[in-house]
Amino acid sequence: MSGSTFEALAAIGQTIIRNRQFLTDLDAAIGDGDHGINMARGFEAVAVKLQSLGADKDIGTVMKTVGMTLVSSVGGASGPLYGTAFLRAASPSLGKYELDKETAALMLAAAITGIKERGKAIRGEKTMLDALEPAYDAFIEGSVAEKSLIECLELACEAAKQGVEFTKTIIATKGRASYLGERSIGHQDPGATSSYIMLQTLLEFARARE
Amino acid sequence: MKKIINVPEQVVEEMLEGMVSAYPQYLKRVEGFDVLVRANSPVAGKVGLVSGGGSGHEPSHGGFVGRGMLDGAVAGAVFTSPTPDQVYEAIKAVDSGNGVLLVIKNYSGDVMNFDMAMEMAAGEGISVDKVIVDDDVAVENSTWTIGRRGIAGTVFVHKIAGAKAETGAALPEVKAVAEKVIANVRSMGMALDSCTVPAAGKPSFVLEENEIEIGMGIHGEPGTHRETLRSADEITDHLVGKILADMPLNKGEEVAVLVNGLGATPLMELFVVNRKVAEILKNKGVSTVKTYVGNYMTSLEMAGFSVTILKLDSELKELLFAQADTPALVQF
Repeated sequence: MSGSTFEALAAIGQTIIRNRQFLTDLDAAIGDGDHGINMARGFEAVAVKLQSLGADKDIGTVMKTVGMTLVSSVGGASGPLYGTAFLRAASPSLGKYELDKETAALMLAAAITGIKERGKAIRGEKTMLDALEPAYDAFIEGSVAEKSLIECLELACEAAKQGVEFTKTIIATKGRASYLGERSIGHQDPGATSSYIMLQTLLEFARARE
Repeated sequence: MKKIINVPEQVVEEMLEGMVSAYPQYLKRVEGFDVLVRANSPVAGKVGLVSGGGSGHEPSHGGFVGRGMLDGAVAGAVFTSPTPDQVYEAIKAVDSGNGVLLVIKNYSGDVMNFDMAMEMAAGEGISVDKVIVDDDVAVENSTWTIGRRGIAGTVFVHKIAGAKAETGAALPEVKAVAEKVIANVRSMGMALDSCTVPAAGKPSFVLEENEIEIGMGIHGEPGTHRETLRSADEITDHLVGKILADMPLNKGEEVAVLVNGLGATPLMELFVVNRKVAEILKNKGVSTVKTYVGNYMTSLEMAGFSVTILKLDSELKELLFAQADTPALVQF
């Protein structure tokens, strides 16, 4: 994935924009129905920012730009959460131009810590963490078992997908969905879904570049 | 979707332009940001009061910018918390050196974005503090939720903390009185019909002809339960009952009442509701010293209303009756 962070992020942005309605519908069921709208607006702004940033920047600089742009364009709860996640993921990847397993694991860990701190949330509360934490665990397992970066990403995506399914079975205790109590059961979490969509796009991007 | 708009993406921008055109004596725009501040900001010698949130709650929050209430209001996208950079601009624009108090409604997004703005302002040496309004008794405040939502009771926080700030009180004193309001204000609402976020293009939820939603939030988020439409008196009795169960009132106590329309409810119906609210309070021997009826914290074109009761002591009463001169609330 050499020199391709720029394109990977652009691909992630396009997928989010394509899923605008899907994510919004998921949110309308248990939240306030704006997740897809806000995320799409954020990634449209990211696309513009990335164009002016240029394709030759290191991963950390790209991540930082994406994070700052999301913070200042998404709003809602997703803006600070995803914004913080990308900003935190920038630190371990500053000056790096090629994504390796170690860096990817550090980035994912930093992003998750950022989301937990900003959102004061833990796994099991029907949030994006229910996709991201299992994804991280699976990634590390793959890494320990000496699997390739793409294989690790495959494991992470599968775990994130199961995590999204898991959110259907639990009551939301964070965000607006928490007000629904039992009524939130049966619905998948929009934030967990957008997290899974991002990871899946990254995997498909990596596969295509292999 | 049937709305008087040009393009959904421009609704907030064009609304802000329209507000500034209507009320230049009260408001000015912070150039390049979705922030309205008093025309004479920053006001020397006083704490700045900043509120805000998603748009779609008009006249909240820009309508309450003016003498005796807010110094600045930040407008996010419809029903979406404003971003930290916008809130930060509002803080900078209203700070006269006496510090700034942020009035935040208790939603995850609002709290996180305003928190980030506070961190940015603190980094610049501006003294900033915050209060979080959580007046909605519909949702239980338990370890299983993020706590109660902030709804129409927020207007009382703007009014009373605004009056306090106008006296030249210091930031901790303004914060203390805002917290006193929050501790003594309760609200609950209901909806007859949904609303449509312009960018979404379709209603946030659908209610059948005879169905109402109890405990609605102000963002089209579902309430606690649905039931069959009942009479105004029965619905009001239920909402006020929930409020009084949470904040018991004793004979002889004084309160202020806000019967708030959510956007599409005729004043006629709001007055019918207020008739019942007044009756219930009177029967309890509670004295209603001030009543507001109208659209203060709306939810686009949602049909429905909320009732807010604020328990008063002598300090809160004096500040509630103090003068205010804003686009949406003038009191002499």
